[in-house]
Amino acid sequence: MSELEVKNKFNIQASTETIDGEIATLNLGPTHPATHGIFQNVLKVDGERILHAEQTVGYIHRAFEKLAERRPYNQITPITDRLNYCSSPINNMGWHMTVEKLIGADIPKRVDYMRVIVMELARIADHLVCNSVIGVDTGALTGFTYMFQEREKIYDLYEEICGARLTTNVGRIGGFDRDFSPEFYTKLRTFLNEFPKNFDEFGSLLERNRIFMDRTIGAGPISAERALNYSFVGPNLRAAGVDYDVRVMKPYSSYQDFDFKIPVGTEGDTYDRFMVRQQEIRESLKIIQQALENMPSGDYHADIPSFYLPPKEEVYRSMEALIYHFKIIMGETPIPVGEVYHSVEGGNGELGYYLVSDGGRNPYRLHFRRPCFIYYQAYPEMIQGSLLSDAILTMSSMNVIAGELDA
Amino acid sequence: MSTSSFIDKTIEGLNSKGFILEYVVDQYNEYNVFISANNALETIKYLNADLGYGFLVDLTGSHYPEKEGSEYQVVIHLQNLVENSRIRIKSNLSKDNLEFPSLTSVFSSSNWMERETFDFFGIQFTGHPDLRRILNVDDMDYHPMRKEYALEDATRADKNDTFFGR
Amino acid sequence: MVKVVEAPEGFEGQGFFATSLDKVIGMARANSLWPLPFATSCCGIEFMATMGANYDLARFGSERMSFSPRQADLLIVAGTISKKLGPVLKQVYDQMAEPKWVLSVGACASSGGIFDTYSVLQGIDHVIPVDVYVPGCPPRPEQIIEGVLKIQHLAKTESLRRRDSDEYRKMLETYNIETTK
Repeated sequence: MSELEVKNKFNIQASTETIDGEIATLNLGPTHPATHGIFQNVLKVDGERILHAEQTVGYIHRAFEKLAERRPYNQITPITDRLNYCSSPINNMGWHMTVEKLIGADIPKRVDYMRVIVMELARIADHLVCNSVIGVDTGALTGFTYMFQEREKIYDLYEEICGARLTTNVGRIGGFDRDFSPEFYTKLRTFLNEFPKNFDEFGSLLERNRIFMDRTIGAGPISAERALNYSFVGPNLRAAGVDYDVRVMKPYSSYQDFDFKIPVGTEGDTYDRFMVRQQEIRESLKIIQQALENMPSGDYHADIPSFYLPPKEEVYRSMEALIYHFKIIMGETPIPVGEVYHSVEGGNGELGYYLVSDGGRNPYRLHFRRPCFIYYQAYPEMIQGSLLSDAILTMSSMNVIAGELDA
Repeated sequence: MSTSSFIDKTIEGLNSKGFILEYVVDQYNEYNVFISANNALETIKYLNADLGYGFLVDLTGSHYPEKEGSEYQVVIHLQNLVENSRIRIKSNLSKDNLEFPSLTSVFSSSNWMERETFDFFGIQFTGHPDLRRILNVDDMDYHPMRKEYALEDATRADKNDTFFGR
Repeated sequence: MVKVVEAPEGFEGQGFFATSLDKVIGMARANSLWPLPFATSCCGIEFMATMGANYDLARFGSERMSFSPRQADLLIVAGTISKKLGPVLKQVYDQMAEPKWVLSVGACASSGGIFDTYSVLQGIDHVIPVDVYVPGCPPRPEQIIEGVLKIQHLAKTESLRRRDSDEYRKMLETYNIETTK
């Protein structure tokens, strides 16, 4: 577009400091220290005010959907790990719940509560990354160093359950491969005792900090109507004022048993997104506490012998267990034909799985409804007219994870 | 899952306008509504304005090469946040006529979702402001999610599959 | 107990220390590598954890992350590189000044990882020469530190004339990287 058209379209008055009144083109990315992830924004700036942004994504397109058509249901869990890799257990659990919905499995309550604990820990880990990175972008590096220590404690808890730190591949279709060990409960209780103090220290650094508030209030706002039109979900939508949370609207994994609040903002700017995530961490701690106290007794997996591997002692002794073991590993278990859509509340909002099965060992079509991909479209509208440093803050407060953006 | 009374009201409303080609209630108690591509835009506008389905959850496509005459399918999930009701709208397209109206005038979020579906399947969304590839490289000349194309890169020379039985 | 880097062998006297140039330069280069974290996906988060207080890469000399290629010695490629990003990676590598080293962190950067698909580059050594590969998906921070230590070993023991030699220039030509000299 010509300079006059851009100015007319966005109704911007040129400032007096422009060089010869021309609009400059600034390339932000694809590799840039401040953009957390690989995506390119070609900005048209007038001095320091942004007029227009042209986005290019797809720099980490790994073809998950095509890859999923090649792999049996059990082998797709490691791929789902790599969607939003800051909170990979939520992706894993969501996938398992989708397959359980397809096959119509009945999941015991204990599995639900165990899943809730793991998912809420993942949510805390994801929000910690996002909030400390918002701090880094305003220049506050201390919070980042402190909160990554807390993330190490959460990694320790993941290692107790599944052995991996980041890309966890936790759980099985129908539950878990083993019950939580007593060490896990000890570590979890220690975590629940110590984390709130350290987290409040981080909060005291930034939440009522004059400089932080001046930087973030009013940076990248979006109204609730525009957010709904852009299909925002998760903390970004709740910061704009709409209290849509999949855990409450369409409860899964016994979330209706828990008592927790949904924090909601008003302006939809960076400060609101930061504070919504801070409060959500506190609510997640409450949920974990309730799950720990009210953990029901029972089995740690559902009774679905066609999908859940039998224990090894039985495989070596009984004929049926041997046959089931063989069939599950070779992928010859009967899968119903049909299609389902299941969604969970991920770290960024509604993460959906649209699964079409034709009865074969691999899905016929698997589509991931990725929240980052959908709400990142609104970024040019959010930063229009703001300063360049506010645009950087807006991007980091939207928590765009590159793995989820490109899939 | 949808509350049964509101979804029935939705089906009634759509039927009265003649938008539904057929609808199927599957074994998971979910409604799959088939519409025609010709009046898809009016259908979505009606759902948005009159029935309150103001949230576009997802828009994607599928490829069924065995179904002669309706090889491609556009799948749209809509949600009514007030009534807590979800509906799945599908539209079959034949491979000779891969056109579907763009929903960008109703939902701004369908912009990139349609670009992704075009990138993967080649479905042309008429009326889209900027329909080009989004996730793949710009000079790619095929649509990779179609069933006839393999997952791996066909030009790879250094891979030896003789021991893997592929 | 803080362990300081050992001085190389040489003749010491009042106010002077005589040793060979390549030992001193090797020691200086190895213990002050400035990395450029080219972090794309999940390995990037493990790299951030390596930089954090628990595993602390800074104690090996990599205190200052440089995000400008012109000011960096070590290009740490952590994460999947797709075909769309290949030219960008090559441009970043070209901008770095000699001597430069490349550390490929993770299975995706080393060989494409689990993503044997049409859009992923099956290893960054298709576009740039790599010095050390760290396998893992993602590798633990201890493994990344071992990778950096191996790079330090390479930096310490490298001959000063290596970057001007014909063999090096021929190797760069196989990657279509122009040498300006």
